[in-house]
Amino acid sequence: MAITLSGDQAIPGPPLSSRLTPAQVWGIALLAPYMLVFLAFVVYPVCYGLWLARQPASYVALYNDPVFARAAVNTLIFLVIGINIKMLIALFLSGFFAQQRTWIRWLSVIFILPWAVPSIPTILSVRFMLNPEWGMVNQIIFKLTGDDGPNWLNDPTVALAMAIGVHIWKSLPFWTLILITGRLAIAHDLFEAAEVDGASWWQKFRYITWPSMQTLYITCTLLSMIWTLGDFNSVYLLTGGGPADLTHVLSTLGIRYLRLDQLSLAMASIVCAMPFVLPLVYFMMKRLSR
Amino acid sequence: MKLPTFREVATEARLLLIGIPVFIWTMVPIYHMFLFAISPKEDAFSGKMWPDHPTLHNFSIVFHQQHYFLRDFYIQFWNSVVIAAAVGALTLFVATAAAFSISRLKVPGGRVVMNLALFTYFIPAAFLAVPMYRTMGNYGLLNNHWSLILAMVTIASPYAIWVLKQASDKLPVELDEAAVMDGATTLQIFRLVYLPLMMPSLVAIGTYAVLLAWNEYLYAFLLLSNDQDITLPVALGNFLSADDSPWELLMTTGFIYALPPAAIYYAFRRYMVGGLTAGAVKS
Repeated sequence: MAITLSGDQAIPGPPLSSRLTPAQVWGIALLAPYMLVFLAFVVYPVCYGLWLARQPASYVALYNDPVFARAAVNTLIFLVIGINIKMLIALFLSGFFAQQRTWIRWLSVIFILPWAVPSIPTILSVRFMLNPEWGMVNQIIFKLTGDDGPNWLNDPTVALAMAIGVHIWKSLPFWTLILITGRLAIAHDLFEAAEVDGASWWQKFRYITWPSMQTLYITCTLLSMIWTLGDFNSVYLLTGGGPADLTHVLSTLGIRYLRLDQLSLAMASIVCAMPFVLPLVYFMMKRLSR
Repeated sequence: MKLPTFREVATEARLLLIGIPVFIWTMVPIYHMFLFAISPKEDAFSGKMWPDHPTLHNFSIVFHQQHYFLRDFYIQFWNSVVIAAAVGALTLFVATAAAFSISRLKVPGGRVVMNLALFTYFIPAAFLAVPMYRTMGNYGLLNNHWSLILAMVTIASPYAIWVLKQASDKLPVELDEAAVMDGATTLQIFRLVYLPLMMPSLVAIGTYAVLLAWNEYLYAFLLLSNDQDITLPVALGNFLSADDSPWELLMTTGFIYALPPAAIYYAFRRYMVGGLTAGAVKS
């Protein structure tokens, strides 16, 4: 692979090639494929998207679309409730899986499945389980109580709760795994010393585990927020945004506008999420590039 | 044999009290999918926990493509395989080259590129999908497998570069220096010193990229649309458009589709857990 530096020939002074060591020339050449991918599929789309979202008329239209307001509220509920429940369970389970037991090791191998298998068949499986007539859940409720169960996906509040449940089911293993790694990194003698001093489990958590894991936990929560904003599958595959477009979140709403060929609305709805995203991105960049 | 003390029994019971619900929670949707796959239609819709007459008939229908929705099953399965393999190979190429360049060759501006790469990681996937869909249209790549491959490489690379750079930084500089003393060129160092030492991380990253591409739904659904070009998850999604969806066949196909990633994950689990989480808890 050769690097052409012909563009620099016009510049007076020594050609660039003589100022760079061969290793640096290779360095640039090896970095080039990624730079091309990044420019073509991240920089260009983002700039183009912002350009498409430039017209104030789009935002007026968005503001007048009741689906948008509902989607914004749903997104907020998804983020605040969904993520905190998920991360707290992950924190709790990381302690459970850190226990040394053969059966717990086996369980941890099974526990990872939701993360490893594709979303589409599993989420559709849940969707059928929640079917009011033939679904397994309501059949069990009927057998136990003799009453018909609720119509899980027909009430927007319940349907959104179910979508949050699916999201947790899918992403809990990943975050638990990360938090287990964090937990195992804590020096063991700290716990032994605490044990000798007769500390309760809560004291051990409060004074050893939590201080060591706090930063990791917060980083994970922030990253999880960004990824949850981009989670299209949990809502789309479970409810399709229904009933009556009441369970949309910003990610499914953007794609909905895209499918309706309203590209500037799609981009505008995404731009509206920027006040959420940018502080997260800023904080994450600071944390990770340290 | 020592009898367990009361305290040990109590601890074990408490752990089981957590473990059993965790097991049920994890397995129910997967078991439900499996149950549908081995049930005749009547049993599947009756809410039984185990069919009266378990059967492999659904698998036979899928493998013989004996349903309108399954006409293109093999070609769609093959599309998934080709795309996942291409994404794995390309991601490895792009990310390994970049990580070597940044970490070992200390290319000027490498640090900036790393941070820029992380930026991709912080754009929510469904948000990037909207402009990317139009971009692929502008490039004339819509309905072409390359659009999905390139989109997935874009999404997999930042994390791949990041993990590989962390791993590269751990390799001692003396190795490179010794190789240079022996007269090795940069490319020889890359091929003969660097790649062999990085093997475990490369396996982890390759697996990660393949699984990401295999399991992807949204980008596949947006970028590909012809029945002959789509991947299996998009075909599964299309099942839903019918009023009378054959759910037992949908679940059977879904089960078949979910097997390879589970198998790949378990085959490479050792590498994946170590390789992919190592970077996460660095700071």
